[in-house]
Amino acid sequence: MTSPAYTRLSRDQMAWRAAQDLPDGCFVNLGIGIPTLAASYVPGDREVIFHSENGVIGLGPKPKPGEEDPNITDAGKNLSTLITGGCYVHHADAFLMIRGRHLDVSLLGAFEVSETGDLANWTTEDPAFPPGVGGAMDLAVGAREIRVLMAHTHKSGSPRILKRCSLPLTAPGVVKRIYTDLAVIDVTPKGLVVLEMIPGMTLELLQTMTEPKLHLADSWQALAPPQAKAA
Amino acid sequence: MIDKRVKTVEDAVAGVRDGATVLVAGFGIVGVADHLLEALHDQGAKELTIVANNSGNGDYGLARLINSGRVRKVICSYPRSGDYSAFLNAYKAKSLELELVPQGTISERMRCAAAGLGGFFSPVSAHTKLADGKETREIDGRLHVFEKPLRGDVALLKANKADRWGNLTYLKSARNFNPVMAMAAELSIVEVDEIVELGSLDPEAVATPGVFVDRVVAVGANA
Repeated sequence: MTSPAYTRLSRDQMAWRAAQDLPDGCFVNLGIGIPTLAASYVPGDREVIFHSENGVIGLGPKPKPGEEDPNITDAGKNLSTLITGGCYVHHADAFLMIRGRHLDVSLLGAFEVSETGDLANWTTEDPAFPPGVGGAMDLAVGAREIRVLMAHTHKSGSPRILKRCSLPLTAPGVVKRIYTDLAVIDVTPKGLVVLEMIPGMTLELLQTMTEPKLHLADSWQALAPPQAKAA
Repeated sequence: MIDKRVKTVEDAVAGVRDGATVLVAGFGIVGVADHLLEALHDQGAKELTIVANNSGNGDYGLARLINSGRVRKVICSYPRSGDYSAFLNAYKAKSLELELVPQGTISERMRCAAAGLGGFFSPVSAHTKLADGKETREIDGRLHVFEKPLRGDVALLKANKADRWGNLTYLKSARNFNPVMAMAAELSIVEVDEIVELGSLDPEAVATPGVFVDRVVAVGANA
């Protein structure tokens, strides 16, 4: 078996790509996992306010050593910071902001996404573990736009972008854009449109790793994030 | 004279009955009234229903109550947080019941109880398994799920400072569920780092007015 003629993006490169699409002035919630990394890659000339479900409005980067404050965490319970201009709200207001369409964008992780934008990201139905929904369903129906970051396939190679999700839904028809380690894909009324592919990838090859039909955008581009880590 | 101060955590949790619904504030390990949870363990109330975002950590506080078999049911959004082995063991042994609720729905159900409302319709969880068995209604072309108010018999809360009226200030994201739970319980009990003189809290900084608070106890280093 020959090795593939392409290199999948790292988690940081996926996060970098998603961060480039966050416009100046937007109000954004980052889900736990890969989305959290996107905060480090927002271009420096843009002001983006990150919302954290535990009531932090203006979540900042990880604290420097010696400056940790146990009373500031992100949604994943990691120690975090508040940016200049940030503030705190109580929990019901944090979720009022989510449900009430006050967030411009939420970047979420996912187990599966369907060709009509159905999102499955809250339970794998593993009987050995209790399910946990957290804020996933609130974000899925409340943010003005849902974009997903996930590996294009399962470790086994089977697709995670499906005609219909096999796992229980978080919400139907909400995902607008998918950033994977192979491509950037928009969910449109006409189906899935490939906007970008990594070097060495072809539509034919990508289609073998994707269950629903893919359409290549006329203006498609190479997906080539920088190798460098965030500063 | 209004004086909600009590001297010890034992006094603070006195009278919590078997079968009580207990609102436990906090997000992960931030803003959790661990001293009051330990005192509730020693107080002995059992068959408790716990409302919390998570399910406790290690073998202290809420996790210790679960390990001691005192919790009948947990209403939460995300039990899988930190070292949640106490919850996991009880869940596997089927010795406690889990009601999984979307996170914003938990706090809004409590806010609804606090506000004297009979429930609300939410688009959250529509068309999903978590809406099974619930009343639904299409509002402006969008499916909504009916959610009932959620009231506590007791709330166990953590704040930074209190005065004798029970006015509270919080530190940063440790505010989280504390204000809404303070409003939604019959008996709101607060552990604070420090009790200060009436009049010394900045009125603009009070996040929970004392009218929602019944007992305060200082547990900080200066208590």
